[in-house]
Amino acid sequence: MRNGVNERAVESGPIRRRGGLRGRLHRLDATASPYLYVSPFFILFAVFGLFPLAYTAYVSLTDRTLLSPDTHFIGLENYSNLIHDSYFWNAVENTLGIWIISTIPQLVIALLLAHLLNTKLRARTFFRMAVVLPQVTSLVAVALIFTQLFSRDYGLVNYVLGSFGMHHVDWESGRLSSWIALSVMVTWRWAGYNALIYLAAMQGIPDELYEAAAIDGARGWKQFLHVTIPQLRPTIIFTVIVSTIGGLQLFTEPYLFEPLKQGATGGSARQYQTVVMYLYEKAFAGTQFKFGYAAAIGWGLFLLIAVISLINFLIVRRIRTTEA
Amino acid sequence: MALAAVLVVLTGVAAGGYLASTAAGSRQDTVTLRVSLFGDFGYQDLYKKFEATHPGIEIKEDIQSYPDHHANLAKHLAVNSGADDIEAVEVGFIAQFKSQPSKFYDLKKMGAGKLAKQWLDWKWKQSLSPNGAQIGLGTDVGSLAICYRRDIFKRAGLPTSRAAVSKLWPTWDKFIATGKRFQKHAPKGVRFFDSGSNVFNAIIAQLNPAYYSSGGKVIVGANAKVKQAWNLTMQGVLGHESAGLAAFSTDWNTGYKKGTFATVTCPAWMMGYIQGQAPNTKGKWDIASVPGGGGNWGGSFLTVPKQGSHQKEAYALAKFLTSPASEAFIFKQTGNLPSQPALYKSTAITGFKNPFFNNAPVGKIFTDSAKKLKPQVTGPHQGDIQTAVSNAIQRVEQGKQSPAKSWKQFLKDVKNVA
Repeated sequence: MRNGVNERAVESGPIRRRGGLRGRLHRLDATASPYLYVSPFFILFAVFGLFPLAYTAYVSLTDRTLLSPDTHFIGLENYSNLIHDSYFWNAVENTLGIWIISTIPQLVIALLLAHLLNTKLRARTFFRMAVVLPQVTSLVAVALIFTQLFSRDYGLVNYVLGSFGMHHVDWESGRLSSWIALSVMVTWRWAGYNALIYLAAMQGIPDELYEAAAIDGARGWKQFLHVTIPQLRPTIIFTVIVSTIGGLQLFTEPYLFEPLKQGATGGSARQYQTVVMYLYEKAFAGTQFKFGYAAAIGWGLFLLIAVISLINFLIVRRIRTTEA
Repeated sequence: MALAAVLVVLTGVAAGGYLASTAAGSRQDTVTLRVSLFGDFGYQDLYKKFEATHPGIEIKEDIQSYPDHHANLAKHLAVNSGADDIEAVEVGFIAQFKSQPSKFYDLKKMGAGKLAKQWLDWKWKQSLSPNGAQIGLGTDVGSLAICYRRDIFKRAGLPTSRAAVSKLWPTWDKFIATGKRFQKHAPKGVRFFDSGSNVFNAIIAQLNPAYYSSGGKVIVGANAKVKQAWNLTMQGVLGHESAGLAAFSTDWNTGYKKGTFATVTCPAWMMGYIQGQAPNTKGKWDIASVPGGGGNWGGSFLTVPKQGSHQKEAYALAKFLTSPASEAFIFKQTGNLPSQPALYKSTAITGFKNPFFNNAPVGKIFTDSAKKLKPQVTGPHQGDIQTAVSNAIQRVEQGKQSPAKSWKQFLKDVKNVA
């Protein structure tokens, strides 16, 4: 330790000799500038990430509402209420259910799409552009149109079912049926985006691997299973985690799917109320404006996402690399 | 996605604040008044008139959806920034806002006290805060009638003239019984009414007290009349008289065009809604009186939030927009019924007929209904109770719960809210 200090003193010797202010500025430049260069991100993060996070944590320990100026510190009361709140757990269940039946098909479809787009198609660029079109469509427009498609009496989906002699499904009122309708919206919107990410990763896989596999007698489907997927492992981990975070924060689709636009209860029996919708109900949608409680819901959601991302990571990590 | 919602809110607040400050900072001789409404109140021509008589004033209108408008107003008041010079408040929310009178100008102090007699007594009192401050001037009231389809009634073997139809249902019991009769010969797929909650809400609208006692306590579970209304509605729902459509949903809107229900609870402002949704049904509708007599659904107030900097001009505009002449003008334009009893005697109003509704004398029907109106005590959580009961009725309509089970859950929901 002492040695180190001595050495630095020796090194900076000549600079110091070169003179007062200039030298000091020069040293300041060398030590401070790097922090200055990276500071925009950290400042923005502090303002828009860290501060809201910390402030929400604080609010969650109070009984704050928009309607009254008085706020009292109530410790963990919001959290203990949350644990015993059956509507919260119902929302958790809905969120997980919708997340599972939307994420799995979404990523499988994305993989297959990417595989197709990676072959020698005609008008390849056109198709590659086409799969991201849902991404540039306004989310509100998507939700409104799908809501019409799945509407009970005059929806296109029921019309088609009817023409096959099947019964009309009241998509919005059933639990599983509403989850399916919402999953279709989510999958439609995100499958193409994930496909493009997979496609980029696929193009980074060296040809030698495929050639070697071909020599070993593996073709088409087998190559995809034993070369492509293991090589995509890091990309798959990335997409799974990103879709987990997005899926668990699902809000706009179910919010707009609801026919009774007041209240954000997610259907008459809360059959598709997600956690974020429940937060919105408590904070904004109704007449309660319970910010303290809503903040606690927000932190509950944060923990849920952290735990599930971890589980995901542990599972997906087990996709074997080449030797499988 | 949640973040997006929050951001929208934040930028909304920021934009509102920005606009307000630029308005204040602009040339001294022009004052921009901003008016925030939910839906179109039919004010466009009146603005022009006001601008013509008040040089130097410019009026801008912000329109949002009903739930967004009120949620945003609550936020803007809480953060003391972003509210417009004039903010409309619907009757379902007035109890919530009048409980914070410090956020609004007391219009009595600005001279509205002298005008009090202009409004229906209960309308004036509805926006009177507990400390005696008047926070809003009444626009319209939603006195009730029943709109029905003449053509469908005919096919179901019921009378079609409005006098005969009104005689079918002097009470709500008779209304549900008529539904039973209707359903026996109804065209395939057509139901007697649109949704259980619209019938239930109309019955509730005629009660006082309903959800709140005069002392401001929630008495939903203790009020036998509420339970009676529930039982009667359930009778209709279980008898397949309800099309089970949530009000303002896409299927409900389509239902108007396709004629999937024969009657709908009709406050005066609903006339404009039906004409907008189903212009193809012109002449097929008619209007009969509401069972039980009286009742109110909807109606609004214009308030002047304290954070605005042009309170004098804002008050002048609010006063102008709610003046008898203006309200009479709006009635003819949109069908929104004035909240001023003097107009109920004017032949310009009572003689008004609506060709869309088979030339029904809507002026007479709705003013008659308004005269029978009994004021109802409302409370700050009225909106949430309404949502909870709509959900409860829907659960039965969708076959998810028995009436008894759904009622129990409704009471639990109400307890959580209040």
